[in-house]
Amino acid sequence: MTNVNAASLVRVESVSHRFDRDAVLQNVDLAVAPGEIVTLIGPNGAGKSTLVRIVLGLIRPSSGRVTRRPGLVIGYMPQHFHIEDGLPITVRRFLSLARGSGPEALEAALAEVSALHLIDNPFQGLSGGETQRVLLARALVRNPDLMVLDEPVRGVDVNGQLELYDLITRIRSRRGCGILMVSHDLHLVMAATDRVICLNHHVCCAGRPEAVSAHPEYLALFGPATGERLAVYTHSHDHRHDLAGEVVDDPAAGRDRRRSVGSGS
Amino acid sequence: MIDDFLWRALLGGIGIALVAGPLGSFIIWRRMAYFGDSLAHSALLGVAFGFLFGVDLQFGVLAVCMLLVLMLVALQQQKRLGADTLLVILAYSALSIGLVAVSFMESLRVDLLSYLFGDILAIGPVDLVWIYGGGAVTLALLAAIWRPLLAMTVHEELARAEGVPVAALRFVFMLAIALVIAIAMKIIGILLITSLLIIPAATARRFARTPEQMAALASLIGCLAVGGGLAGSLRFDTPSGPSIVTAAAVLFLLSLVAGGLASIRR
Repeated sequence: MTNVNAASLVRVESVSHRFDRDAVLQNVDLAVAPGEIVTLIGPNGAGKSTLVRIVLGLIRPSSGRVTRRPGLVIGYMPQHFHIEDGLPITVRRFLSLARGSGPEALEAALAEVSALHLIDNPFQGLSGGETQRVLLARALVRNPDLMVLDEPVRGVDVNGQLELYDLITRIRSRRGCGILMVSHDLHLVMAATDRVICLNHHVCCAGRPEAVSAHPEYLALFGPATGERLAVYTHSHDHRHDLAGEVVDDPAAGRDRRRSVGSGS
Repeated sequence: MIDDFLWRALLGGIGIALVAGPLGSFIIWRRMAYFGDSLAHSALLGVAFGFLFGVDLQFGVLAVCMLLVLMLVALQQQKRLGADTLLVILAYSALSIGLVAVSFMESLRVDLLSYLFGDILAIGPVDLVWIYGGGAVTLALLAAIWRPLLAMTVHEELARAEGVPVAALRFVFMLAIALVIAIAMKIIGILLITSLLIIPAATARRFARTPEQMAALASLIGCLAVGGGLAGSLRFDTPSGPSIVTAAAVLFLLSLVAGGLASIRR
């Protein structure tokens, strides 16, 4: 179902993972090619962060295979980022902690996310959007082949989100790196996304997002320019999950989902 | 004669303060004050061991602290009990066994207070060798792991994703704490060591913009506290450890007042 090809930066094949007795991931496949943007969506507790950690090599899956291209450098942007207030640290010092970074690479990365003016600011004084930019710069400093961004726009207002999406899109086209991104929104994803994967312990569905411009209600909400940056992902599930999370065959679930997107919920 | 022991105490205290600055800063950043405190308390068992086997007390303390760290790491493999619970069980068992052992030793029982709260009279030339030798090893260790340790302190998962060997560094850092407890015990005392690690670093926080500034400033403030505390100890004939910590507390208060005034003026 995914375009698993030999040139993938990272490839996850039939991976399952369980914490104690809970099956968090079941038979998941995922691949990211150079220059490709893959967005992971799914409800809370669906296993998105676990899958990201498996891709990063932080967790070894209970079963299945993970292959990374030899010498692959990954730039990682974690979610819920917070630095202890007792630790005084400037943006410059924070970025210099990235492994294999020189002083020039550091300033170049900050300039790339338009945050060079923040270089001597205390990290803890940054706004939500500024923090996300600096984290993006930290992921860029190592000149990565693959960027893994866990909810990069969470806690940022809509305009800030659009700017960050612009930025990520530009980074992809300039550097040609692959991007694996987790979205906090079930229906709205970045327009430049090549492939959306909807995860709920297993891969529920996957495909291309549709332009927001096709959806009048989003247009009304965000204005016409939004269509260039945001896209709607229409889920096409052939099943639904009962209260225990078990898969139940139900073709109607897909239609339900589509209706709820149209009504802007 | 009086001059001799005073110089030794001052030299020893400054040596400890220099190491305590960077180490104490990391203890604050990593929220390990409780760990340091518990480990220090267990050092009493090391004192008893040192006496029993006739080796340097510092060696006994170091051995017991390292053993405790190893047991803690091993016990943390099971997930049923939290790290703080394990720490209480290990550290206070060690402290109590140490106290029980000491009660059997006539000569040590008399000296118990000086091990708990420090005694400048106890500092001989060999202790200075321990302080500066052990201190140099600790600082070298810390310098060698500084950047990756700081990276994992800022965000452990991000550091791991960048290839930092988190578990090994955590272990090395705990050993560094054990080393400082061993060399600081005689001057500051088992019950007070953590405060000399924490208070100067906490005082430095307000004036620092980078981690390195905070660490260096903490060393300086620690030296001031040692100087002031020892002067007070000599002048008023008070125990050296509490006097040094009192001086550190006064400096911390002054920094609060200075910070308060600065924010009012702003």
